[in-house]
Amino acid sequence: MASETSPRPADSLLDIQRTWWDRLAFIGRLLWRDKGGMLGLFLFLLVVFSAVFAPWIAPHDPLEQVMEDSKMPPAWSVGGSWEHPLGTDTLGRDIFSRIIYGSRVSLTVGFFGVLIAGTLGMIIGAIAGYLGGRVDSVITNTVNLVLSLPYLLFVVFIAAIFGRSLLNVILIFGITDAPIFARVTRGEVLKIRESGYVESARCAGASWARIVFDHIMPNLIGPLITLATFEMSAMIFYEAGLGFLGLSVPPSVPSWGNMLAAGRQYLTSYPWIATFPGVAIMITSLGMNLLGDWLRDVLDPRLRRARK
Amino acid sequence: MLRYFLIRLGQSLALMFGVLLLVFMMLRVTGDPAALMLPREASAAEIEAFRERMGFNRPIIVQFVDFLSKAVVGDFGESLHFRTPAMTLVTQRLPATVELAATGLLFAVLIGVPIGMMGGLKPGSAADSLARLLALMGQSIPNFWLAMLMILFFGVQLRWFPTFGRGAWNSVVMPAFVLGLPVMGQIVRLTRSTVLEIRSEDFVRTAYSKGLEPPVIYLKHILRNASIPIISVIGVQFGYMLGGSIYIETIFAWPGMGQLLQLAIGWRDFPLVQAIAIFTSTVVIALNLLTDLVYAIIDPRIRYGF
Repeated sequence: MASETSPRPADSLLDIQRTWWDRLAFIGRLLWRDKGGMLGLFLFLLVVFSAVFAPWIAPHDPLEQVMEDSKMPPAWSVGGSWEHPLGTDTLGRDIFSRIIYGSRVSLTVGFFGVLIAGTLGMIIGAIAGYLGGRVDSVITNTVNLVLSLPYLLFVVFIAAIFGRSLLNVILIFGITDAPIFARVTRGEVLKIRESGYVESARCAGASWARIVFDHIMPNLIGPLITLATFEMSAMIFYEAGLGFLGLSVPPSVPSWGNMLAAGRQYLTSYPWIATFPGVAIMITSLGMNLLGDWLRDVLDPRLRRARK
Repeated sequence: MLRYFLIRLGQSLALMFGVLLLVFMMLRVTGDPAALMLPREASAAEIEAFRERMGFNRPIIVQFVDFLSKAVVGDFGESLHFRTPAMTLVTQRLPATVELAATGLLFAVLIGVPIGMMGGLKPGSAADSLARLLALMGQSIPNFWLAMLMILFFGVQLRWFPTFGRGAWNSVVMPAFVLGLPVMGQIVRLTRSTVLEIRSEDFVRTAYSKGLEPPVIYLKHILRNASIPIISVIGVQFGYMLGGSIYIETIFAWPGMGQLLQLAIGWRDFPLVQAIAIFTSTVVIALNLLTDLVYAIIDPRIRYGF
């Protein structure tokens, strides 16, 4: 009732009087104001939707080979038909259906890769940031040095040794990407640990666990979610790259990288085979980058003002 | 300064040792390096003979000491495919990769810095929209895919540039462009945000109130201060480009280290793969060391931190 009579200033997510519904509505308004963020969210949800509902959306079985329909161009060009909207590949498989199913590989790698990297990195970074001193300097130096190595080269090298499987790809990205999360977590923990509100909580006699879980963790979430979005986008990118070199999931699995690799051999004669999977990668990557930019602005109010 | 240099040198050497250990362990972590390097249809006797020849049947510590002592003089064994020293094969390919990476970087800097600066100086303007679009494109377009489209359009249809190989003067244009594209995106983004920050610093306001001409302020006060983070990113990115040109070199059949790596993986020629990984890492580590030293000379705050 009181909220109707006394309007509140609408610029803080941290206003404790707000309910969760208020906060969600507030985020929704911010999102509506940022058209790039809206587009990013839409593209991201589109990809998630096609991954989840692939069997219901895809017009064909992605593995079904119909030789008499092979090398069919997309529907709008001469010789194409709406039976296969984006055409077929050299084995007569429907490209549109394969792209829809391919989103499952990309999102699985991106999601679990980030989950593993984020968990590992957060633990390492939090230890470094919270303990400080010698432990911190050893961890920080190691992380910085590891991050200076040519990343892609080592991913390719390790993938070549372990062979093609979804689990291997997830583990490779999950482990090699952990240092970035460690670096960001450490920086944030250091900043928060020195802040006034942690000091006052400590003075008020808050326990160690309470400081970590009630004061440090909630403030870490923002930067880490933003980083996770960008890293997930990067992993989807790199997975496609590995697939392109024939080092990601087995060739029988429909994935965007595998499709690019297969299409590359017929680039000049049947260009559509390699073109459309690339569009799918671009849409996903664009969506996640826009979403990440927006999250960074929203979750960090200081940046929000600078951007305007 | 000397102390800083020695600490950085020590770190680089430690990292080099880490790389050697990592590569050594990775080749043995699946259990049997002989099975990894030989074709699947190899007989038991062939595998045994191969183990004997490569020394895989010795104790692991002995193997590592042997590996290290040869590594310090640049000996990484013979390529299984070519039957010549792996290191020679790699260094022969270095000039092509450096040419590609340097051209790509030049393109990224020449386009990225001015556009990023225009965006940062006038946020919200048309130039700024262009800068933000370019940054986003650089991040989102898969460059190995764009490479294929460019081959189709500029190579096959318009016949402006050769579609593969390193020969005519213009053969470097397309591969360098696509290799530099993600880096350009990053440079635009970084320049824009740095300039945006510096623009509202006190010394810039002072410069304006002294009545200096805007171009002088842009170049002498803003660009000069913005150049410090940009230089450090350029150093790091050049290293990434040397190691990350594998897709682009493969697509354009550019005879550099990246293409050799892709071929060596196909042949399961792991001594060669190992030589490429270690050599590229060494170059990148050396470059990073050099960047940090240049950085410390430009910006005294860094060396006094030690």
